[in-house]
Formats: sequence, structure tokens, C-alpha cells
Amino acid sequence: MENQTALFQYCLRLADSNLILSHRLSEWCGHGPILEEDIALINIALDFIGHGTALLQYAALVEGKGRSEDDLAYMRNEREYRNALLVEQPNGDYAKTIARQFLFDTFQYHFYQALQNSKDETLAALAAKALKEITYHLRHSSQWVLRMGDGTDESHSRIQTAFDDLWMFTGDLFDMDTTDETLLKQGIAVDLAPVKEKWQTQVSEVLQQATLKIPDQTFMQGGSRDGRHTEHLGYLLAEMQYLPRTYPGAKW
Amino acid sequence: MQTEKDNKQAEFDFQAKIDKGDKIEPKDWMPERYRNQLVRMMSQHAHSEIVGMLPEGNWITRAPSLRRKAILLAKVQDEAGHGMYLYSAAETLGVDRTEMLKQLHTGKAKYSSIFNYPTLTWADIGAIGWLVDGAAIMNQTALAKGSYGPYSRAMVRICKEESFHNRQGYEIMCSLSFGTSEQKQMAQDAFNRWWWPAIMMLGPSDDNSPNSDELMRWKVKMESSDSIRRRFIDRTVPQAEFIGLTVPDPHMKFNKETGHYEHGPINWEEFFNVIKGNGPCNKERVKARNEADKNGRWVREAAEAYAEKHKKN
Amino acid sequence: MKETQWPLWEIFIQANPGIPHKHVGSLHAPDAEMALQNARDVYTRRKEGISIWAVESKNIVASAPEDVGSFFDPANDKVYRHPTFYKVPEGVKYL
Ligand SMILES: [Fe+2]
Ligand SMILES: [Fe+2]
Ligand SMILES: [Fe+2]
Repeated sequence: MENQTALFQYCLRLADSNLILSHRLSEWCGHGPILEEDIALINIALDFIGHGTALLQYAALVEGKGRSEDDLAYMRNEREYRNALLVEQPNGDYAKTIARQFLFDTFQYHFYQALQNSKDETLAALAAKALKEITYHLRHSSQWVLRMGDGTDESHSRIQTAFDDLWMFTGDLFDMDTTDETLLKQGIAVDLAPVKEKWQTQVSEVLQQATLKIPDQTFMQGGSRDGRHTEHLGYLLAEMQYLPRTYPGAKW
Repeated sequence: MQTEKDNKQAEFDFQAKIDKGDKIEPKDWMPERYRNQLVRMMSQHAHSEIVGMLPEGNWITRAPSLRRKAILLAKVQDEAGHGMYLYSAAETLGVDRTEMLKQLHTGKAKYSSIFNYPTLTWADIGAIGWLVDGAAIMNQTALAKGSYGPYSRAMVRICKEESFHNRQGYEIMCSLSFGTSEQKQMAQDAFNRWWWPAIMMLGPSDDNSPNSDELMRWKVKMESSDSIRRRFIDRTVPQAEFIGLTVPDPHMKFNKETGHYEHGPINWEEFFNVIKGNGPCNKERVKARNEADKNGRWVREAAEAYAEKHKKN
Repeated sequence: MKETQWPLWEIFIQANPGIPHKHVGSLHAPDAEMALQNARDVYTRRKEGISIWAVESKNIVASAPEDVGSFFDPANDKVYRHPTFYKVPEGVKYL
């Protein structure tokens, strides 16, 4: 695989997960369980969209075809999107949103720790900046996992169900393909095997502390690496992209 | 025991303090009517901020560019913050937020009538920022000088944050007005639909508000609705003209002698109808808030239970 | 069914190093950790602070307005507590 193509794909992968998760979080706006939490969620959504935008700008630059970050966000189809399957899953109840967030925050935290040392200076710098935000996201979602797990019977069962339902999408976070191989050789990409180990350790610790069970399901869904998504992404993109696609060429 | 004479004296001192420009603080003596008025105003204002998140929140997932999406998110988040500041201010007078929210959820409390109109196109987001936040800022700048300390401090903070709301709205309208013919049409259509509600949201004519005098004397209300409305129109009409939009009021004309614009008759019947609950979205808005509250209940209870279990000491 | 209401917390923010924390408002939170997080999210969205104090409102003891006279008036005539009270010969520096 050509280096430039690989880097472009890699940037899209990171950017898309941020963008799609930001979209999901923003769906809560005005409907959160309490005002304070509405504000917290929007902060996190804003961090994700900011970081996703920066990554798409870099992707556009790497691609060098004159596309903008908005072209990349609004004009790619379902099969061209590279976000993790986990982040496109619908919000569900607040337990599902928190479980999804915690699983992804923990991944991002360890992933970006490693990405800080990437030989690609832009990615390394973006990672260092994002890591501060991610540290806070993880604190927020972990604290909620504890509160739901060790809260009431209802909250315990809701968050346990959420983890059980989402578990099969977590394997996809760690799948590696030729893009990774190409960039790993140059010290640009992150080796996902050690990230996975750290992720497993931390997730188990928090779940245990929250009196929750690690789901025993071992079969994992995959596919995001080559744009095979769940049905949910299509609806999400239809909503997100409708204006620029209805009025091609218009400036907003 | 409080005698009649003591009360008279207290009321006299209270008024003197206000006249001097001092702020009234939560524990200070205040007339019951003053307290009630403030609770009513602050909670209504807080509800407006929270309900106001809904029509704009509608478009966050459909914002047409990443920049617009981030701006809108930040803007709607600010409104949530404003709601919080205002509930906080009201709580200094001893009413719980839960109590205020119950009033909202049961339809007993009022909020700004404007949020009962739907946001039909993206241009509505521009129109809201430009017109609705524009009108609100004028009202709030006045309220920031009000006599109740916590309310006025909340207003100062809110006004600082509001300034970008108005601008981002106008910026959207500019892009649309100078864009394709379809976009321009979209802008004019939104302007047509939001102009009158924005004019009305500043409140009915002063001849129609019976306790206006007392509220002004107490510096609870700082400026008459008509005078704020006049300023709003004077500032907004040229802004519309600048981007080539037509004010949907055939009677609107500039009076050279007074230096003010003169508008046509306002349809107050519509205003009172919407307030009474007959606006296009009243039911939806209250339902959305009720559902958020209901669905959030187990979450709040979980955190409470956890805190109880893990109490230190 | 009883309505849940998280306790009220008062929030103090230090805007810059070296200056005192200032009261900015209040919020509801179930416990100290969440009070801090919520304060961060609500009151420092525009980089307003570098440090946060959260105090449960019920733990704050406040003087009453009626105490104004007995509490604070006595300090009125103690001008000797203020540096400008003292006459210093002209030309003397660093005092
Ligand atoms: Fe506001
Ligand atoms: Fe606003
Ligand atoms: Fe407002």
C-alpha cells in the first residue's frame, strides 16, 4: 500500500470516529437527564467535533486533491466512512450512552498515549492536544459507570445490559489491516495489540469496581476498516449530510 | 413581633436602598410581592432558556458545515448554562429547582412564547440568533441593572456570553442572503416567519401591564417594553436592509422627525393565543421537557444512591 | 413518589494564579466529585478559571443583614489599620 493512501485512510479512521460520536452526543442536547449533564455532554461533543475537524483538515491535506474537511464530512457515502462500529450505535438510554462513551474513551486514552510518539509530527501534536480533553472525558464516563453500576438496582441492570449489548462492537476498535502495517513500519501508526491489553485491564478494573460483570461474549463484529457498518450509520449520514447534498455548491 | 409601623419603616428603607442604586441580597428584608415577582420572573426566564434549547437543538445534527455545527452546539450549550445561572439565582430566594421544574412540566409556569414556533429550515437558526437573541439581549442588558443582586449578576454573565449568539445568527443570514437564489429565498422566508414573534416577545404594550409602575420603582423591570421594542426595531431594520431582506411589515417606515421607525399594528391576539398554549409547538416543547425529566429520573436516583453508599466520614 | 433533588453546591473560581477564589454561582450535584466536574463544565467553559472550590450550600454560614451594625461598624473608626493613616516624611522610600 502506498504511504500517502495509508496515511489518508488512517486520518479518516480517527476523524470519522470523532465526528460520528460527536453527532450521537449532540442528539442528547436539550434532552439530558439533568441540566448539569446536558452541559457536560455538549462539552464532550464539542471536543470531539473540534478534534475530528482538525483530523479531517489534515486528511484533506494529505490527500492533496483540493477537497476540504467539509467535503470529506458531507460528501462521502456510508461505505467510505471509517469510524468504529461502536460509536455509530444509537444512544439508547443514558446507560447505553455512558457505556459506549466509557468503552471508547478508554480506548482513545491509551491509543492517544501511544500516538503522541508518532513519527508523523502533525498526528503527534494533535494527539498531545486531544489527550488533555480525553483524560477528562474518561474521568466523566468512568465516574458515571461507577454510579450506575453501584447505584440502584435499576441503574445496575440498565448499565449491565448496555455493556452486554455493546460488547461485540469493541473488537473492531483493535482490528489491524494493511493500512496499519504500512504505517507501523514507519513509526507513524500505533500498534493496537498493547493498546488492547491496557484497555482490557482498565475496563475490567472499572467494571469490577462498579460491581458489574465483564460480558462473557467473545464473538466480535468487525468491518469498519473497509467501511462495512451497521445499519445505523446510513440514517445518521442521511440526516447529517442532507443540506449540502440538497444544495450542491452552496456556501453556508 | 413585626408591627405595621416596623413594616412601613422596612419598606421605606428598602426603597431608599434601591433608589441609591444598592443591590438587594437574598437575606435582606424585602416585600413579599417583590420576592414573588422575582421568583416568577427568574424562573420564567430560566424556563425560556431551557425550552429555547429545543427549537435550535433541532438543527444541530443537520447543520450544513462542521464550523456551523460547532458554533450551534456551543450556542445551545450557553442557553443551558443561562438556564442554570437563572435557576441558581431563583434558588437564592428559597425555591427549589425541582419545584420550578414541576411548574414547567405541569404547564403552570410560563416561558417565552417565541419558542413555541417551529424551526422549519436552516435559515430559522440564523433568524433566531439574529432576531430572538437580538431582542433578548436588549431586554437582558436592561435587567443586568436590576435591583436584585443574584439576578443582576447572572444577567451580567449572560450578557457577556450572549454577544456571539446574535452575531452568529446574523452571519448565517448574510451567507444565505448573498448565496444562491434558493438560499436567499430561505432567508427571506425565515425572516417573514420570525419577525413578528420577535417583536412580540418583548412583551405587550405597557398600557396592558397593570403593575408596571411598581416593578419599575423596585427596579425589577428597568425599561418599558415599548421602549425596548423601539430600540430593537431601530437597530434591526437597517441590518435587514443591508443584506437585502424585506421587513414583512408594509407599514414600516422611518420617521425623520422622531428618528425612529414606525411599525404597523401588532397582532396581540396571536401573542396571547400562543401564551395560552395554542402555539404550533407548545405541546411538543412541554412534552419534550417532561420526557427528558422522566427518562433522567433513574439516572439522578442512581447518583444519589451511590453518593449515599460512599459517604465519607 | 418523592422527587429527587441533588444537593446544592456553591462554586468559587480562581481566575488567575495569585488572586482569590470568587463566588460565581451554584449548581446541583450528588457528591463532591460530580460537583467539581459540573462546575468545570458549567462555569469554566470560556477559560474563566484555573482552580475550583465547591462547597455544599448547607455548610456555608452567613452573617445576617441585621448584624451589619454590630459586625462591621466598629471597624469604621479604626483608620489606623490602613497604611494611608500614617504620615511619613517626604522623600522616604520603600515604606
Ligand atoms: Fe440565553
Ligand atoms: Fe442566547
Ligand atoms: Fe435569555
